[in-house]
Amino acid sequence: MSEDNEPRKPARRKVELDPKLAAYKGVWVFVEHERGQVHPVSWELMGEGRKLADKLGVELAGIVMGTPGSESRQFCSEAIHYGADLCYLMEDDLLKDYRNEPYTKGLTDLVNRYQPEILLIGATTLGRDLAGSVATTLKTGLTADCTELAIDMENRSLAATRPTFGGSLLCTIVTLNYRPQMATVRPRVMAMPEKDGNRTGRIIEHPLGMVEESIITKVLEYIPDNLQGKPQLAFADIIVSGGRGMKKPENFQLIWDLAKVLGAEVGATRPIVQAGWVEADRQVGQSGKTVRPKLYIAAGISGAIQHRVGMEDSDVIIAINSDPNAPIFDFATYGIVGNAMVIVPALTEAFRQHLSTARMAG
Amino acid sequence: MEKFDAIVVGAGPSGNAAAYTLAKAGLKVLQIERGEYPGSKNVQGAILYSDALERIIPDFREDAPLERHIVEQQMWVLDDESYVGSTYRSAEFNREPYNRYTIIRAQFDKWFSKKVQDAGALLICETTVSDLILDGNRVIGVQADREGGAIYADIVILADGVNSLLAKKAGFHPELDPKDVALAVKEIHFLPQETVEARFNIGEDEGVVIEMVGKITKGMMGTGFLYTNKESITIGVGCMLSDFKQQKTTPYALLEEMKAHPAIRPLIAGGEMKEYTGHLIPEGGYKAIPKIYGDGWLMAGDAAMFVNAVHREGSNLAMTSGRLAAETVIALKEQGKFMTEANLALYREKLDESFLMKDLKKYKEMPGILHKNPQFFTTYPELLNKAAHSMLTVDGVDKKTKEREIRRNFVGKRSLFGLMGDAFKMWRAFE
Amino acid sequence: MHIVVCIKQVPDSAQIRVHPVTNTIMRQGVPAIVNPYDLYSLEEALRIKDQYGGRVTVLSMGPPQAEAALRKAISFGADDAILVTDRAFAGSDTLATSYALASAISQIEKDIPIDMIFAGKQTIDGDTAQVGPGIAKRLDMQLLTYVSKVREVDLENRTIIVERRAEGGVQVLRTSLPCLVTVLEGTNEMRFATMSNMFRAARYPLKTWDKEKAGIEDLTKIGLKGSPTIVSKVFAPTPKSVKAEIIDTESNQPRDLAVTLLAKLFTKKPNLVRDIAKNAP
Repeated sequence: MSEDNEPRKPARRKVELDPKLAAYKGVWVFVEHERGQVHPVSWELMGEGRKLADKLGVELAGIVMGTPGSESRQFCSEAIHYGADLCYLMEDDLLKDYRNEPYTKGLTDLVNRYQPEILLIGATTLGRDLAGSVATTLKTGLTADCTELAIDMENRSLAATRPTFGGSLLCTIVTLNYRPQMATVRPRVMAMPEKDGNRTGRIIEHPLGMVEESIITKVLEYIPDNLQGKPQLAFADIIVSGGRGMKKPENFQLIWDLAKVLGAEVGATRPIVQAGWVEADRQVGQSGKTVRPKLYIAAGISGAIQHRVGMEDSDVIIAINSDPNAPIFDFATYGIVGNAMVIVPALTEAFRQHLSTARMAG
Repeated sequence: MEKFDAIVVGAGPSGNAAAYTLAKAGLKVLQIERGEYPGSKNVQGAILYSDALERIIPDFREDAPLERHIVEQQMWVLDDESYVGSTYRSAEFNREPYNRYTIIRAQFDKWFSKKVQDAGALLICETTVSDLILDGNRVIGVQADREGGAIYADIVILADGVNSLLAKKAGFHPELDPKDVALAVKEIHFLPQETVEARFNIGEDEGVVIEMVGKITKGMMGTGFLYTNKESITIGVGCMLSDFKQQKTTPYALLEEMKAHPAIRPLIAGGEMKEYTGHLIPEGGYKAIPKIYGDGWLMAGDAAMFVNAVHREGSNLAMTSGRLAAETVIALKEQGKFMTEANLALYREKLDESFLMKDLKKYKEMPGILHKNPQFFTTYPELLNKAAHSMLTVDGVDKKTKEREIRRNFVGKRSLFGLMGDAFKMWRAFE
Repeated sequence: MHIVVCIKQVPDSAQIRVHPVTNTIMRQGVPAIVNPYDLYSLEEALRIKDQYGGRVTVLSMGPPQAEAALRKAISFGADDAILVTDRAFAGSDTLATSYALASAISQIEKDIPIDMIFAGKQTIDGDTAQVGPGIAKRLDMQLLTYVSKVREVDLENRTIIVERRAEGGVQVLRTSLPCLVTVLEGTNEMRFATMSNMFRAARYPLKTWDKEKAGIEDLTKIGLKGSPTIVSKVFAPTPKSVKAEIIDTESNQPRDLAVTLLAKLFTKKPNLVRDIAKNAP
């Protein structure tokens, strides 16, 4: 991704890909897992990868790296159920906990041996740590935090779109002369695909080829998070969010009140989090969480793109803003132009009444 | 801690003028600015007076960021839907060297500040001077809000703007009287260069200034203005703070209405509003000037209330007073004299000799008179506009009848006695 | 102990606006700031220096204006600052940037051996988080990203123990020096600059390195030439064809607006009541 000041002119030259690189074929998705669970982002990417592979007419492969045992094989089957044609499996005790060195070596070895044209990794802490190292080792291009992936059939290349300039605009980035073309995507940006338990595929094994002594970093301990009481926005069905239009931290209580009545999670925009009104986990937006709830209520939020890309795929968006020209009204489902400080409590009361009537009826 | 020859508090026009002049003369100068960078605390969109700057940096035109040189000045007296205006446009103003320019303060102040640093002054930003360090009555240094922030100097020049809390704290400056200060708000609207030029009938680099008075300030004492920049328009309005408090309206509301005025709206149509800022402007004039020098200190610029509200001149007075303050210090140093109050009286002398004090003295009655006579902001604009409308509408009524009607309106609203009194007041104010 | 901290000067993206007609970036008056994520890394490095002694050198690759960011770092307490600037670097993506920075770091190493490199987790203008890992790879150093705490530095045995944020918990890792660390945001709070450091920052004779001084050996690896990724287009998001349905009632009372909204909402999405009722108290 160009970190330059001005976007360069579009690449118009016809690409003469080095024949060695032209031989790279296939779309790969790195299957990330921790403590027996595959991170959903890997499946979201698998769904996306399937579309890309179909467009290119090539195979889709999942990459599973882990300890020997049934668990890894289980992940391979799942990958295939989610759309992969095959799975590359690297099993080794050294891969028990994520460490940069063995995972980087393992993944780059696989790439060098089996030569995919596209490699997708989820933009998690693990993914970002791994992707940067792998891209540098392979001396190839990496586009991070993509919001859209497509194939440019003229070059058979990956067109990766992501926000730029603070999220005000979008840009499309291509890696024309290097392979594999790497991209990371944040969780929940792509939709979860359907699972087909009848799908079959093959598994290709490949050894890691390292010894513990050669790996310098050691994992001394793993301290799991206490998830009790921690916000779980990514998978919430209903979210009530507040932005700068709430004006004062005391007013944010109105958001909490509405969320309570709906059994919803509370979210916020970046300025609210930076001001310390709520914890960072509640930030929705380009540099926060991407969410796709059934109902998203945005109070006092202007709808600038930094926030928009984090929630615009919600089923229903209700926007409350005192400015009739706020961009949020361009893409919300319903809008109320008014002072959030009076509208939000009115909604709370209306929902409360409606739900109690529904409960009595139902 | 380090000791300097001079400490200048503030990196606005007066502070920069002072620091530059001192540094160029070889003195060890420290300049302290509370904003992130010089200009960050100053309001956008302004007029630069070449004369004042020329006397400090003669070749400023070479690399200073200048928007447009002013070739036309308009004065509008507004009613609700109309205005009576006068225009002065001159080919003379289009001959170099140009006399006035529009500038964008954030860029200009940055440029000026670079000159100051190149001249050898040490600039520290993001640091607020919270107190003056006193030895008895004598100022011997400043206390900045950082660890180890006590710094000493032979002279401290207070150039920290209209809100000079320092001066207030040290007792040199009474609390600002809302009657002596205006609250102004400005917006910058972005328009393509060609649009600006077509709309205002100007060529590349040429600029227009429109000063406005009348119903737009809803009876309060104040003015509106519009400047053309290269690719934007600055539009604003300001009124006495005391009036705002009384009327219970906000400057922002005033500006919104002004922008909707049928004569003004088309001028800003299609623009994208980028910046909205508010600022206090000293307007008390001559009578509100506080103590401006003492043992170990001098005051310049807005902090000293050096603003000629009648002609909307502030930054040139700021630069001039900053320069004169510096020249005072340089003169005393050359003569080996100490920075005592008695010796620093030289500053006042220099100010009195210059246009600065002379102009302020000339208009010293104006604020008082205008404040007690709101008819100048309401009745007269109305009458003038009605008169113009009447004379310019061809409707079958003979001109003599029209004139009689106009006279009757004026006398009716103001009475003959009132009209004469108003004329007298205006004469007094301008004398 | 010698720590090199890599920082970047970025436009304050919160203030960037797009021209509604031309879709170009309006750069006028957008202030440049030190990438906020870099400040956490810098503060962490300064704390380690406070505890164990030594020096902190700040390094940045950028245009001449980036000088301001480096002086800011000095004002916080960094000892030295180097700006790597050259027209040849223009157009660099993260691969080219990590090459340039790694070369510069190798040059620094020649004068004073380096024990640790700190870098920001990511930039607010690129968000890629790739440069840190890239530098580590090129210098063959161990990489520790998302570090939330430095538990212990053992200079004698050349080891470091850190806490690293993983998806569901915290990893405690031990590795050897030299290593590269990126620090998780919120880990610390930047200190206030002292007056004497402010003076030092204003007076500091900044070291400026062009591509020769930075030790760039292979010119095809920097700038546009060395950047595998190319921006093929920049565009504004397409406006959604259907805008929001604005709820309007005669009275415009909040209560009426709310009730009308709910009526429409539940007519359009009857199942929503069930979804809400599932989680509601």
